[in-house]
Amino acid sequence: MLLQQVAAQAASHPLSGTVAEWLWLLPVLPLAGFVANGLLSLNSARLGPSDPNAPHHHPHSLAAADAPAISHAEQAGAVGDDHHAVKRHRWAGLTSIIGPGVLVASFLLALSIFFAMKGAHMETPFIQRYFSWMPAGDLQIDAAFQLDQLSMVMVLVITGVGALIHIFSIGYMRDDPGYPRYFAYLNLFVFFMLVLVLGANYPVLFVGWEGVGLCSYLLIGYWFSEKANADAGKKAFIVNRIGDFGFLVAMFLLFANLGVLDFAGVNAKATELQAGGALVTAICLFMFLGCAGKSAQIPLYVWLPDAMAGPTPVSALIHAATMVTAGVYLIARSAVLFSLSPVASLTVAIVGAVTAIFAATIGLKQWDIKKVLAYSTVSQLGYMFIGVGVGAYVSGVFHLVTHAFFKALLFLGAGSVIHAMHVAYHRTHSHDDAQDMRNMGGLRRFMPVTWVLMWIATLAISGIPPFAGFFSKDEILGATFSRAQGSTLASATWLGIPGSSLLYAIYALGLISALLTAIYMTRLMLYTFHGPNRTGATEEGYLHEAPWVMTGPLVVLGVLSLIGGWLNIPKIANDLLGLGPSESLHHWLEPVVGGATARIAAGGHHPTVTLEEILIGAAIVIAIAGIAIAFARLKPARLVPKREARQEEGFERVLLNKYFVDEGYDRAIVNPTYAISRTVLWKGVDNGLIDGFLVNGSAAVARGFGWVGSRLQTGSTGIYAWAVVVGVIAVLGAFTLR
Amino acid sequence: MLAESLAISAVLFTIGVVGVLVHRNAIIIFMCVELMLTAVNLTFVAFSRFYGATGQVFVVFVMTVSAAEAAVGLAIIIAIFRHRQTVNLSDINLLKG
Repeated sequence: MLLQQVAAQAASHPLSGTVAEWLWLLPVLPLAGFVANGLLSLNSARLGPSDPNAPHHHPHSLAAADAPAISHAEQAGAVGDDHHAVKRHRWAGLTSIIGPGVLVASFLLALSIFFAMKGAHMETPFIQRYFSWMPAGDLQIDAAFQLDQLSMVMVLVITGVGALIHIFSIGYMRDDPGYPRYFAYLNLFVFFMLVLVLGANYPVLFVGWEGVGLCSYLLIGYWFSEKANADAGKKAFIVNRIGDFGFLVAMFLLFANLGVLDFAGVNAKATELQAGGALVTAICLFMFLGCAGKSAQIPLYVWLPDAMAGPTPVSALIHAATMVTAGVYLIARSAVLFSLSPVASLTVAIVGAVTAIFAATIGLKQWDIKKVLAYSTVSQLGYMFIGVGVGAYVSGVFHLVTHAFFKALLFLGAGSVIHAMHVAYHRTHSHDDAQDMRNMGGLRRFMPVTWVLMWIATLAISGIPPFAGFFSKDEILGATFSRAQGSTLASATWLGIPGSSLLYAIYALGLISALLTAIYMTRLMLYTFHGPNRTGATEEGYLHEAPWVMTGPLVVLGVLSLIGGWLNIPKIANDLLGLGPSESLHHWLEPVVGGATARIAAGGHHPTVTLEEILIGAAIVIAIAGIAIAFARLKPARLVPKREARQEEGFERVLLNKYFVDEGYDRAIVNPTYAISRTVLWKGVDNGLIDGFLVNGSAAVARGFGWVGSRLQTGSTGIYAWAVVVGVIAVLGAFTLR
Repeated sequence: MLAESLAISAVLFTIGVVGVLVHRNAIIIFMCVELMLTAVNLTFVAFSRFYGATGQVFVVFVMTVSAAEAAVGLAIIIAIFRHRQTVNLSDINLLKG
């Protein structure tokens, strides 16, 4: 097998014998954290008072007594809910060390591997084979990890941002009764996420893929005693299954036609597939269905906004920075396949562009601070898919990285806002919504650190130079424009539409989305931090900045959002400013996606400096225009608290209700499924066929025989004697006459 | 000689069977059963004259067993009589389905 040949080469690989040999330890550390925290959480399940299932007691008196401001953090994420028992877990201290500790250790190991890799100049991936997992005839699947430049980027993001979010969680979740359970799930998530990005073949990747889905489900429904939260978890799980079906079919097709499933083998054999043929297009489209599920693209995006039911750090880690970008990673990982199918690539880009603008418009009218960020995430994921769709794999991954920085920062900042709001409402026994922006306002006076950091993230996501988001977003838009001018995509047709006009349309959609992004993010900032405070007169006194354990990670993310763009500064900007090596990420990822990028870009030419300057200028103007529009049009002073707010009308109402997509899905899919399940499957098959015919039918037959037998037992000995005699005569007669 | 013996025992056996079938009184039925056993014993003895002593050994067995059976059977009948004040089998039919 190809993998074994590669493994044999590994002995002479530049990374063999270096710290990279400890690759396996990267995921094993969080796994150990999961086991330890899981055991700690089991320990408390018998304790009673800290058991979330135990009868709830209203915690106000207790809370007022042991007053660290942070002590209500466990409720901060749950909408309008204060029925969780406030009881610090007996092992909370130990968990605070183990949970984030394993992540920090993993990140340090990843860093040292990164430096080893930087010096090694490797061209082929470093593969570690552990054992043969599925040896079945032609199907040879190894449990193997593979380290290359792309996985390294992902590993650094996952462990780095993950470690920061773990540390933030110490402050946010410390007084939750299920604290060790929370960290156990979070550690398990990181384990699976690392398996996903380190797997050397599709099945191992799929294990991580399903594992992160499981952890996502567990953490969305973390406060499962609220039905809405449990339902949101189920929704995420079920919608993702639809995508996973596509991913599985793609794997089957790959195996049936290429006979291999490891990345090295697929990359080597992919060119055997007819470029632009139906087969490779089918494989890519099925694979993209999986990506659409995991990365929340139309039509499978509906689970992500609901996923905000989980604790806010979970939203930051899983539903913004890492897991939802797995689809982008998968396409970049399969770049060779996608580059062979212009139709599939165009589909990816179109879906990405439509999702980007669709979600951005919804984000304009949401009042829940986390919902705004959720739709923003969907929209930015759409951007990444534009990037990988137009064959700018590096740009897609670049946006993935910068997005991980600023979106994690936005979510964690929102977390500390919600935390402050919740504590204020809790102290005053108010039942107002702690996540509704209409109840906020003027928070910059109370939380100056969060305010500054959130503005950094907002400028980053809006695409204002020199913040991180500007460079990545601009690169995606620039790549789309230059692909439209000449590439294999531009010369292809998609459902009869010429590729180049489609690409121009995608560019326009991307530009409009960038405008909308700037508007809704500025709106969020204005309503949350500016204008008068609407929380309430007494509540105001309890608003406060979060403790250092929460603001610390925010500051680090703020710095990263500020300078993250330097990872891949375009040459043109560098010529202007001279900031050091340009396009570093591009060079770094060259061995992984260079060939695929070149294949897609074939026939095109590098845009002229003037054109590039115009494109960059347009992006900047658009971003500034968005912020200016928001400042000019939105008047936070006129806003009223949620309970006094008027009903939205017209198109505003359509946006607030997210285009009624959920209702549409209910009508079109969910309710018919219920109806069929109820009438056909339940009443018909289960009650009628199984219960009625098979179960009760066989019972009735047995009962009939029993009835006949019992009639024979008259209790009269005379009849028995007659029966014996008649029987003897019959038997003797039969023997005699035979 | 054998034919006569077998004929007598057949007659005896039939009388026993008919007695069991037509009577209701437990004591009479019991005696009829003894009659059937006796008929069988007679057959054994008759055959033993032609085929060796094995038949006589069986007769001793049968008599032993029937003595034991008589003891147990009569005890049961007495116990039933004490409870029900009757030994009429038509009245003793509790054990039915």
